[in-house]
Amino acid sequence: MSDINSNIPEGELTQKWTKFKSSVALVNPSNKRSIEVIVVGSGLAGASAAATLAEMGYKVKCFCFQDSPRRAHSIAAQGGINAAKNYQNDGDSTYRLFYDTIKGGDYRAREANVHRLAEVSTNIIDQCVAQGVPLAREYGGLLDNRSFGGTQVQRTFYAAGQTGQQLLLGAYSALERQIGMGKVEMYTRHEMLEVVKIDGKARGIIARNLITGQLERHFGHAVVLGTGGYGNVFYLSTNAMGSNVTAAWKAHKQGAYFANPCYTQIHPTCIPVSGDHQSKLTLMSESLRNDGRIWVPKKKDDNRKPTDIPEDERDYYLERRYPAFGNLVPRDVASRAAKERCDAGYGVGASKLAVYLDFKANTERYGKIEASKAGNHNPDKETCMRLGTAVIKEKYGNLFDMYAQITGENPYETPMRIYPAVHYTMGGLWVDYNLMTSVPGLYCTGEANFSDHGANRLGASALMQGLADGYFVLPYTIGAYLSKEISVKAIPTDHPAFVEAEAKAKGILDTLINIKGTKSVDHFHKRLGLIMWDKCGMSRSEQGLKQAIEEIRALRAEFWRDVRVPGTSDELNTELEKAGRVADFIELGELMCIDALNRNESCGGHFREEYQTEEGEALRDDVNYAYVAAWEFKEGVNFELHKEELKFENIKVAQRSYK
Amino acid sequence: MSTGNMNLTLKVWRQKNNKTAGALVDYKVTDISPDMSFLEMFDVLNEQLINKGEEPVVFDHDCREGICGMCSMFINGRPHGPKDLVTTCQLHMRSFKDGDTIVVEPWRAAAFPVVKDLAVDRSAFDRVIAAGGFISVNTGNAQDANSLPIPKMQADAAFEAAACIGCGACVATCKNASAMLFVSAKISQLALLPQGQPERYRRVQSMVAQMDSEGFGNCTNTGACEAECPKGISLENIARMNRDFASAKFISEETV
Ligand SMILES: Cc1cc2nc3c(=O)[nH]c(=O)nc-3n(C[C@H](O)[C@H](O)[C@H](O)COP(=O)(O)OP(=O)(O)OC[C@H]3O[C@@H](n4cnc5c(N)ncnc54)[C@H](O)[C@@H]3O)c2cc1C
Ligand code: SF4
Ligand code: FES
Repeated sequence: MSDINSNIPEGELTQKWTKFKSSVALVNPSNKRSIEVIVVGSGLAGASAAATLAEMGYKVKCFCFQDSPRRAHSIAAQGGINAAKNYQNDGDSTYRLFYDTIKGGDYRAREANVHRLAEVSTNIIDQCVAQGVPLAREYGGLLDNRSFGGTQVQRTFYAAGQTGQQLLLGAYSALERQIGMGKVEMYTRHEMLEVVKIDGKARGIIARNLITGQLERHFGHAVVLGTGGYGNVFYLSTNAMGSNVTAAWKAHKQGAYFANPCYTQIHPTCIPVSGDHQSKLTLMSESLRNDGRIWVPKKKDDNRKPTDIPEDERDYYLERRYPAFGNLVPRDVASRAAKERCDAGYGVGASKLAVYLDFKANTERYGKIEASKAGNHNPDKETCMRLGTAVIKEKYGNLFDMYAQITGENPYETPMRIYPAVHYTMGGLWVDYNLMTSVPGLYCTGEANFSDHGANRLGASALMQGLADGYFVLPYTIGAYLSKEISVKAIPTDHPAFVEAEAKAKGILDTLINIKGTKSVDHFHKRLGLIMWDKCGMSRSEQGLKQAIEEIRALRAEFWRDVRVPGTSDELNTELEKAGRVADFIELGELMCIDALNRNESCGGHFREEYQTEEGEALRDDVNYAYVAAWEFKEGVNFELHKEELKFENIKVAQRSYK
Repeated sequence: MSTGNMNLTLKVWRQKNNKTAGALVDYKVTDISPDMSFLEMFDVLNEQLINKGEEPVVFDHDCREGICGMCSMFINGRPHGPKDLVTTCQLHMRSFKDGDTIVVEPWRAAAFPVVKDLAVDRSAFDRVIAAGGFISVNTGNAQDANSLPIPKMQADAAFEAAACIGCGACVATCKNASAMLFVSAKISQLALLPQGQPERYRRVQSMVAQMDSEGFGNCTNTGACEAECPKGISLENIARMNRDFASAKFISEETV
């Protein structure tokens, strides 16, 4: 069924990567010095790749749109990073991490990639600790672990609720070291607007200097995109305000296939929407589900304060429905269960679109342990709560502070109110085993590619994937391509392909400025978000998706007729930046609906109302849909489907069960 | 889901670019909800300006969660506004009253030139890190992470120093525009860890040299930086850096 080649090496699953590494062609040091690589993105995926490639001797240029590479959205990741270290001696192994990831992804990821990810996961932790990343430790001085959803072992490493920050600052320091040595040229406040192709190969980019507005041409023997996810297509998401799909989308329009765009992750534990002014949603890390119990009142429209509702009038619905995994079921399952309760009328809070996340029971339990450590084996309740609160504070202090800051409520005293929100996108540019897109010489890493998480990503696996790609995978696999490029001299940027690409980028900017319509960019973005959330969000139907496609097409036409972008293109113009991104989101939104409509099954984060079991669980169709949907962009805004068949040779495909 | 009922007067710094002079301009915003963040209040202002055909106010922001360090407004004479331990994006309008006048300016420091309106250039911080804010270990050289146990207290202290978000509020609030709190946080993080020891003294020398060459001022121990730091970075870090800097001189003289 496949009509695309994923270039997976031959051989037994556990040997593929080792064999690949020892047989891949190398580039000798003197050649590396004259080979230039462009890395777009300075998040975990981009910074780690840029630093490592420079360490290896390549000439690297790195780009980001923020004012410093340290501010990439990876900085906001909270809960942790997985690795199959088995430090807890609880039966973890490379195979188990591989298995959990494939199963968590609802059997829609590529075995060979995921196994490689599990293999290199342990190197990541070693590397980060060597860089001075202060991961959490136990009193004995060894690294601590916690649990995340979809697993029954403790394999998640963390730094309080700031794991992404600490890992990114580690990668950033490695990157700055190379910048200081002159091996990486860093371009901050630059936005990539086009991929330049010469003779079918990626040979550079057009980037806009966001301060001066000037378009710049940059040559590279290869181009790597580590430009993050596209969750902001929904307007409201847990992503940073600037997160966007533009780099990936421009690459898509140059021939890079876009894979599984409809696989979106809706995270179960976020702070609910408080009003129309809302500009983004804030995640409360999944790690909280280690110690927080999720419930709603058993009675509809129960308006009592949560602390006044007695135990036997609470419905701990995850523990009830999924006794084996309880509050730690995977995200897609937890989100749908929350929606189900709220839709059925049991939601809480002013909007009734929220459920409780309650720490009381575990606070008390920790308090008891602390008291008994101090020799008090019969502590009263108050002592337990006091001591337990200190434990909770140490584990999640910054998250509790953030919650209090945003809602004005004290989560140490009353349960948090939470609701699902758009969080992560499993879909992305299609890449082969080498992380190369369907455009030769164009690579894609991190959240921007589609590779490892199937239809649902497990918690603490994105940080793992971003760093695996950047530190340990791409630096090897790119050699396979670059070893054949050593005779290619740097191509001067007055080459017609650069001229043409720049003219195209300029044309779009000029058009946007000159529409001089009546509605702001945000106006269109919010409307797009609403269509996506209602019809391509937590649950989807054939009818809804068809409607959404019509609505999005109409919105696109209206946008290009009536958007208002003040100012000019030769200055710092944040509205112009947003306009370009929203234009791309609108096209992507349509493709997401087309993909969701094409996939007549439910799997992971993609839930089609027509395809569910009697208990309301996702119903896969492995006979007809065990494939990666890779879409090719066609003139106008049209898309052609290519299929990569997924073969499961090492795992028995089964209905997922967390009961 | 109500819109709010606060009406405010804003005095906002407008400056086209680093070549032109700037000035405070008055704006009115109405129906502000106490649940809005300060930046969401600015979204309302900007939407209003765009609808009137004027140019919106440029300000830096990204995560809106208090972690990326990008937001940077000097509000009523204080970086990140009136509340302690929060960034501008985590400041909510419930910290203000109906009828208030709020003055909003960019960070002001010679080493942080204004880019436009409220956005400034903080690349000097990156250059200080590039001068030595790292451990020199290439990818692939690491030993097993647990082969080097680190006492929890020490690891926690390093983590606290590492929590700096590089926002620059410490510089903005300091009458000398000193960057000592920022620089000492990174130096402390690495000095507290065994991995950081081999380069400890070289690091402090090169980072301090870079800091001086960027045009940051001297530290006169007023403590304003610690008071305004949204992440509670402690002055102890500055003391540690000063000690290391003094030892570094001594050590390098000895080895000459
Ligand atoms: C709130 C939150 C919490 C999370 N917590 C966890 C967690 O605990 N564990 C976990 O594993 N995962 C977590 N995730 C997911 C994880 O953080 C992300 O998937 C991951 O960090 C993405 O890294 P990245 O390097 O691919 O992209 P990013 O970090 O988003 O970096 C993208 C980079 O690309 C640049 N860029 C983008 N477009 C352009 C352009 N056109 N031109 C130039 N530059 C461009 C940006 O400037 C930036 O440098 C969390 C996500 C969120 C939103
Ligand atoms: S020390 Fe504090 S105020 Fe200074 S940059 Fe770091 S976080 Fe900001
Ligand atoms: S916007 Fe990121 S810290 Fe304020």
